[in-house]
Amino acid sequence: MALSVASSPHFSRKANGTRSMMLDVIIALSPVIVASIWIFSWYAVVQVGLCVLTSLATESIWQKLSNRPGSVLDGSGAVTGIILGLSLPWSAPWYVPVIGSAVAIILGKMVFGGLGMNLFNPAMVGRAFIMLSFAGALGASAYVYPDAPMAVLTQATPLSAAKSSATLSGFPDIWALFMGNRNGSLGETSALAILIGGIFLCIRRTASWQLPVGVVVGCAVTSGLFQILGLSNLTILQHLLGGSLLFGAFFIATDPVTSPLTPKGKWIFAIGIGITVVFLRSFSSYPAGVMFAVLLMNAVVPLINRWTIPTPVGGPLPSKS
Amino acid sequence: MSVAILKDSRKLSFRKGIHPADREELSRDQAIEVLPTPEVVRIPLLQHLGAPSKVCIEARAEVRMGQRIAEASPGLSANIHASVDGKTAREGLVTLPNGRRVATLPIKSNPEQGLEGEALKEVYLGGNWSFDPECLDPADIARSTLEAGIVGMGGAAFPTHIKLAKNEKKPIADILVNGCECEPYLTADHRLMIESPDSVIAGSLMVQRATGAKHVSICIEDNKPKAIEAIRQAIGDRDIDIKVMKSKYPQGSEKALTVAALGRAVPTGGLPLDVGVVVVNVGTAASVARTVLRGMPLTHRIVTVTGEGIVQPKNLLVPIGTDFKTLIDACGGLREDVDIARIIAGGPMMGFAITDLDTPVTKGTSGITVLTAESIRREQATACVRCGMCVDVCPLDLVPTKLALAARHQNVELLNRYHIDACMECGCCAYQCPAGIPLVQLIRSGKILKRNRK
Repeated sequence: MALSVASSPHFSRKANGTRSMMLDVIIALSPVIVASIWIFSWYAVVQVGLCVLTSLATESIWQKLSNRPGSVLDGSGAVTGIILGLSLPWSAPWYVPVIGSAVAIILGKMVFGGLGMNLFNPAMVGRAFIMLSFAGALGASAYVYPDAPMAVLTQATPLSAAKSSATLSGFPDIWALFMGNRNGSLGETSALAILIGGIFLCIRRTASWQLPVGVVVGCAVTSGLFQILGLSNLTILQHLLGGSLLFGAFFIATDPVTSPLTPKGKWIFAIGIGITVVFLRSFSSYPAGVMFAVLLMNAVVPLINRWTIPTPVGGPLPSKS
Repeated sequence: MSVAILKDSRKLSFRKGIHPADREELSRDQAIEVLPTPEVVRIPLLQHLGAPSKVCIEARAEVRMGQRIAEASPGLSANIHASVDGKTAREGLVTLPNGRRVATLPIKSNPEQGLEGEALKEVYLGGNWSFDPECLDPADIARSTLEAGIVGMGGAAFPTHIKLAKNEKKPIADILVNGCECEPYLTADHRLMIESPDSVIAGSLMVQRATGAKHVSICIEDNKPKAIEAIRQAIGDRDIDIKVMKSKYPQGSEKALTVAALGRAVPTGGLPLDVGVVVVNVGTAASVARTVLRGMPLTHRIVTVTGEGIVQPKNLLVPIGTDFKTLIDACGGLREDVDIARIIAGGPMMGFAITDLDTPVTKGTSGITVLTAESIRREQATACVRCGMCVDVCPLDLVPTKLALAARHQNVELLNRYHIDACMECGCCAYQCPAGIPLVQLIRSGKILKRNRK
């Protein structure tokens, strides 16, 4: 009998752990991966595969070089890889996912001190890096390929079509957007697949429901306002379904490390992303805005946490306050 | 019948909290048994919140059960009484479950006891508990409570006479008699409510009389339908409310209970008194009744001996000062076919782990829980991923992970910004944390840090 002593509580919830949270995310991402393979066939497999492999390799090499215990198996590197892979265009040459993932892991996570310490969403750091370094590989033309074997690959992405023409002639109908039969980044196209995975994630409480709801509400309200004011020629539904907003809402904004701790903070953060996305789409020269919106709001998270420190139940003693 | 009860009352609750497995089935149906008088009891001279008591008896003196052996110091303290008939020995030292070394007065028990076995149980729980509250002087009740050394029996051991003293500045409107017993595994209060509901009700009415409160409510979690039924029948047509609470941890903490039952929140650093409430445990209420009606000071208590590591879990009525080993032996001992990992004084959420089975039962010992390796958390803590689950379960609306971080960095300013003083160490955050971070331990170290910096 080996008796041990420790601080209470001596009891804990069963079947939890960081790894099981990450596993939840991977399970939730699987409908999105399936949809993207259905739409983009093996291009999706290659991009996501390259990203995951590079992410894991980078993390293990970094840990080895810095003499730290291996953290590769905690699953967070794989999640970063999958999300980065799914946010790339199908056509990106092999070095784009490889460099992107390495940067995502090193600059996005390890330099801050590893899992839990990073300020910015690692996958978005990697994507921002390659977007600036290989502008062509992620530009509007990277998505379109007139001679492609699959019909969707011959079209422009909905948002870049909208950016380049005022008539919205290239914009698919809402049903096609919902099912995912359109061009775009690998994982963003099928709203249905994203909703299935995303709702699973919220039910499992691995993601806080406030985050996706806040992003969608923020985007819907702002885009509605923009439409009324004539600042944007897209409807609310086109904003919600035409780009990577839903993917961002359910899988990028929900990264616990880079989002606020309290429910109130989560609302501020998420609604902020939704609003910023519409601003960026309408006023910046990029057709899409989720990545920069997330990075921008990530930077504000420490401030939001500070603004939203809850008052303990009961408040302070009246005489002492 | 019991289903009907649950349907007709609204289940009251507080925000957040957790739902651990209650494991009460191990000992729930075990009727209270009287422990055979042990050969020796070692009675600690500090069993309550406050100052140690002073021995008021000569060495090697004959004492009778219920005789005062140590008297309360001025201020927050309590009297202590002999729990067996016997002869006192030389003062010694003993380690309490919380790690504190305190003086103890051992008493060697006589072979012949004036009151033991079934007779003791009958006096303790049975018989008629009816009385007329109008005939009692409120000040007498508080005085008897002080005389009898009664302290809170739910675990914190706050001297009860302080709660019962009339306070002109802070009038008491409500009495909450706490029968929630939200700690997993423990069933001592549950059995008391089933086997002696009349003593609980008598005590509740006395607490009401002493404080002059308008309302009395007995609060019981809905996982104890038999207790709810027993109490309901015992109340009869008396003006006592029965509040059915949702089974949720920490429903039985004073702070959660006042919010759940009355919608009134106790301020940080305050007492229920500050919002016009007195909360007493059902065991404490019964002790008040036992003192006033039967002249019995606090010499015994009901202790649940339970957990997967115990051969036959039981609810035992034991003299204060009995060592844990005697209690465990009375329950068939420790199981040898399981991997016993931790022995806890109290329940698994807020109890203290001990390694010394000579630890004595005190007035606040509600149970002994023996946990196996399977039920305790052993794995290495991993990095905080800021998932916020600790925030989602904290019943007091704190941000535990930030407190833990501040404690780790020894940053008192940050500890204060995140309201460290409000934490009651209920353990919800650490229970829920997916990374297995010992949040409560870190927060405790933060409190110590803050105290030392002052």
